[in-house]
Amino acid sequence: MAETELTQDDVKHVAQLAMLTFEEQKLEHFTTQLDDILNLVETLNEVDTTDVPATFTVTENVNVLRTDTANNTHQGSELLANAPEAENGLIKVPAIIDESEEA
Amino acid sequence: MNFETTIGLEVHVEMKTNSKAFSPSPVEYGAAPNANTNVIDWGYPGVLPQANKGAIEFGMRAALALHATVAPSTHWDRKNYFYPDNPKAYQITENQQPIGQNGYLEIEVDGQTKRIGIRELHVEEDAGKNTHNPNGYSYVDLNRQGTPLIEIVSEADITSPDEAYAYLEALRQTIQFTGISDVKMEEGSMRVDANLSVRPIGQKEFGVKTELKNLNSFNYVRKGLEFEAKRQVQVLMAGGAIQQETRRYDEATGTTILMRVKEGAEDYRYFPEPDLAPLVISDEWVKEVQATLPEGAPARRKRYVNELGIEEYDAKVITQTLEMSDFFDATVKEGADAKRTANYLMGDVNAYMNDKKLELLETKLTPAHLAGMIKLIEDGTISTKQAKKVFKAIMEGQEPVAYVEANGLKQLSDPAVLQPIINEILDNNPQSIEDFKNGKDRAVGFLIGAIMKQTKGQANPIVVNQLLMTSLNAR
Repeated sequence: MAETELTQDDVKHVAQLAMLTFEEQKLEHFTTQLDDILNLVETLNEVDTTDVPATFTVTENVNVLRTDTANNTHQGSELLANAPEAENGLIKVPAIIDESEEA
Repeated sequence: MNFETTIGLEVHVEMKTNSKAFSPSPVEYGAAPNANTNVIDWGYPGVLPQANKGAIEFGMRAALALHATVAPSTHWDRKNYFYPDNPKAYQITENQQPIGQNGYLEIEVDGQTKRIGIRELHVEEDAGKNTHNPNGYSYVDLNRQGTPLIEIVSEADITSPDEAYAYLEALRQTIQFTGISDVKMEEGSMRVDANLSVRPIGQKEFGVKTELKNLNSFNYVRKGLEFEAKRQVQVLMAGGAIQQETRRYDEATGTTILMRVKEGAEDYRYFPEPDLAPLVISDEWVKEVQATLPEGAPARRKRYVNELGIEEYDAKVITQTLEMSDFFDATVKEGADAKRTANYLMGDVNAYMNDKKLELLETKLTPAHLAGMIKLIEDGTISTKQAKKVFKAIMEGQEPVAYVEANGLKQLSDPAVLQPIINEILDNNPQSIEDFKNGKDRAVGFLIGAIMKQTKGQANPIVVNQLLMTSLNAR
């Protein structure tokens, strides 16, 4: 089995991307656990995939499309009622500073 | 040491489809917050998005207009990141197989034509809108979430801020003429990010690039790039190194400010979107879309000059916006003289729009009314002087023929009516006839003035002149 070498820094980085926080003493535990999972997935590399095209979907469906017609379900206020906090029709969230808008 | 600048531009354009990219919610600017959202837009568990055929076809239009090759097959990918305006915590995009590749756009700088490569075009979805409030909260409106975007990535072929400006102008025009977007920076339907690096002239490898954001007008793009190029040169000259980072253009100071050190592409953990079927784009489909592509600005300019006899410069002005160009075509189609139409649109209509701060389509003017007035001028029914009144009326939405009738503005061109008036005036002014015979041209001007006075300025001066000369010579 091919050995991956996952470092504690990798785990910290992934945790940060996933917005997870945990106690420092669990870092070693998670590093080992994640490393084991990756090694398990590595098993797939034993399959010979030469000449096999990349698979992006497991169904045979292609071009499952909707015609461009608008349909407003008017769920806005119901959905807003589910938001932790709302004000004037807007979802209220803790401010995130120093981030650009993604597009 | 001398440096050269390398610029690449990433432009996002909001496409004006009826519905969103992956949900049937309406795409509409200015609706009440969150009114145009459903469970798909909010990223609820268990929902099944479905791709909008119209958004894909608009994307194909953009690709075709930019001479790009449309991908025979493509699939959707998820780009993962957390942000409140992105409720699914991922954006659906085309990372691995863009819908279009290897296109180009021609720009003109200082009379020189240059081809800028278009690396790729992606169809993807927009995020919602976040409004920061000093009270420590942000407010999220998801109406924009899921609006289809086309992302247009240029090659790093741009070598100056002026070229970047010209590229953006040409791109805006090209996209506008495909009819897929309003492409308005001020409304956010066109957004620009820029990458810039510098390197000593002669060096093969590119320098380290920085990304510029918050470029809210073409002018700010130019200014931001100018500043950033200078900054990078200064850092390098001082023996420093450029960091790969994202910088924000600050409009107030005209400088760029560090936002964050750029995350790597792998941090977005792209993977194929399992909820959406891949696309197969046949040649027939591409041809169908090609057939719906409206005539582009360069083709229109050529037609105006060659077929309608419009000056090159005027043709350029008219094709600056799709609205103006369409309006011009419609007016000419109604039977108006092309040159007169061009002159009115560039002159009086433009002045009216500037004065009232209105877009062409926000005015009450219609191609039929403009054509109606121009035809009245052409056939001599009204003089160009009378047309000034008629112009005011048609800008208020009035029908020109009816207006001319109702206000007695008709020019008097009928010889059967004019001849007796001329005869009477000649009978009353024997001295003028004498002067005319003695070669005093001033006499003609005096007589025409008298006739115009008699007819309250409504006589057709050309007809009057002809009739008067014939009568004078006959005496």
